[in-house]
Amino acid sequence: MNPRRRKILFSVIFIVAGVGVATALVLKAFQENLLYFYSPSQIASGEAPDSRLFRVGGMVVDDSVVRDPNSLKVSFDLTDTAHTVTVQYNGILPDLFREGQGIVANGQLQDGGVFVAKEVLAKHDENYMPPEVAEALENAGAEVQYGDYKTGK
Amino acid sequence: MFGPLDKYAAPERFYLLCKSMGPWLSAISLLLFLVGLYGGLVYAPSDYQQGDSFRIIYVHVPSAWMSMFVYVVMAVSGAMGLIWKVKISDAIARSCAPLGAAFTFLALATGSIWGKPMWGTWWVWDARLTSELILLFLYFGYMALQAAIEDRRMAARAGAILALAGLINIPIIHYSVEWWSTLHQGPTVSKMDAPSIHTSMLIPLLIMFLAFKLYFFAVLCMRARCEIIEQEKNSRWVKQLARGGVDS
Amino acid sequence: MMEQLNEFVHMGGYASYVWSAFGLSVVILMAGFYLPMQKEKSILQKIRKNLERMERSK
Repeated sequence: MNPRRRKILFSVIFIVAGVGVATALVLKAFQENLLYFYSPSQIASGEAPDSRLFRVGGMVVDDSVVRDPNSLKVSFDLTDTAHTVTVQYNGILPDLFREGQGIVANGQLQDGGVFVAKEVLAKHDENYMPPEVAEALENAGAEVQYGDYKTGK
Repeated sequence: MFGPLDKYAAPERFYLLCKSMGPWLSAISLLLFLVGLYGGLVYAPSDYQQGDSFRIIYVHVPSAWMSMFVYVVMAVSGAMGLIWKVKISDAIARSCAPLGAAFTFLALATGSIWGKPMWGTWWVWDARLTSELILLFLYFGYMALQAAIEDRRMAARAGAILALAGLINIPIIHYSVEWWSTLHQGPTVSKMDAPSIHTSMLIPLLIMFLAFKLYFFAVLCMRARCEIIEQEKNSRWVKQLARGGVDS
Repeated sequence: MMEQLNEFVHMGGYASYVWSAFGLSVVILMAGFYLPMQKEKSILQKIRKNLERMERSK
């Protein structure tokens, strides 16, 4: 390889590596803002902001969904298995909303520790199978999780 | 420097190679598309959670995979053009950009159409969606550079540097769902353990993926032909070609 | 038969989403295939016209 080409090759490696390192540093600095949602445990430990809107993600606890028969008001508990937070919402829920489903709610934490949501989104997991297979799995005693409540570190 | 492949690095040879490969790639790709569409829309059962809406996976996921694959091809051939001055690598890199932009746009658009019924929203600014949108802008930036710089060699060089600088976005897109909490799901097929998708659903997905990949190479052949004759328009063989004496 | 076809088109209530996603993909992929074919023809034509003009002016 002649010296000129080697010089360009090193410049190319330098560009790729340089941009890589710079990006890694920037992402590290903004780690917090890149989290799309906080977990109930992060709320419990006080990591979540208390004066502004933020998102909380977790699984809807079984038998915790209470619907107001006269309106769209609904209340349910979200869990990440370690901690739980109660969410109140007034609006249309996505098709995938159900007990055991992974949910991301956007709203504000009230003084009583209740999270009042302005928006509720469903987070489906990476599992795809026909209903019969899901049923067979459930009958076999395997736990079928409807949602993915894993959060960033 | 490419050993036995060296002769294909000559523009004329490469043009003829593209010309002979193109129709085969197109035909096989079309066949795979038909099989894959049947597989995805008819053969695959509906999902236990998402019902029939999950079928969007058969256009969304191959588009998204291709959007990243094409970018890597573009950056690598751009780098080869920079370092070794292989004439055809500039043509390949330039041909990649509009195709990659099309795949990225499809991935974003079909994802949005899928997100509305399932998540409850067309768009969120989570790490996966945002980094994929940045990929679209990288393609647009590359294309704008090619259009703005008159001199083809200069344009190719500037484009290659932009493409290389943007290469970091590819691992970010891929790992975004693992590094940060996103609304977008985690990886289904490329997990370390077995894919978490039932075989009857996975097979059509892999067929569609192959169809997309062959489609890419087929169109790349067609686009590279355009770039090469434009680049070599003063050479004898292109003049002959233009006069209609293809095989003379 | 008719019933099956209806069910297929209905897509479990997600017809508008599924068909628009697939339709958009087909349109974009076909356009991506057709455009470069036309482009090559027009480039060659342009080169030919240039050549003819140069020959005439000789």
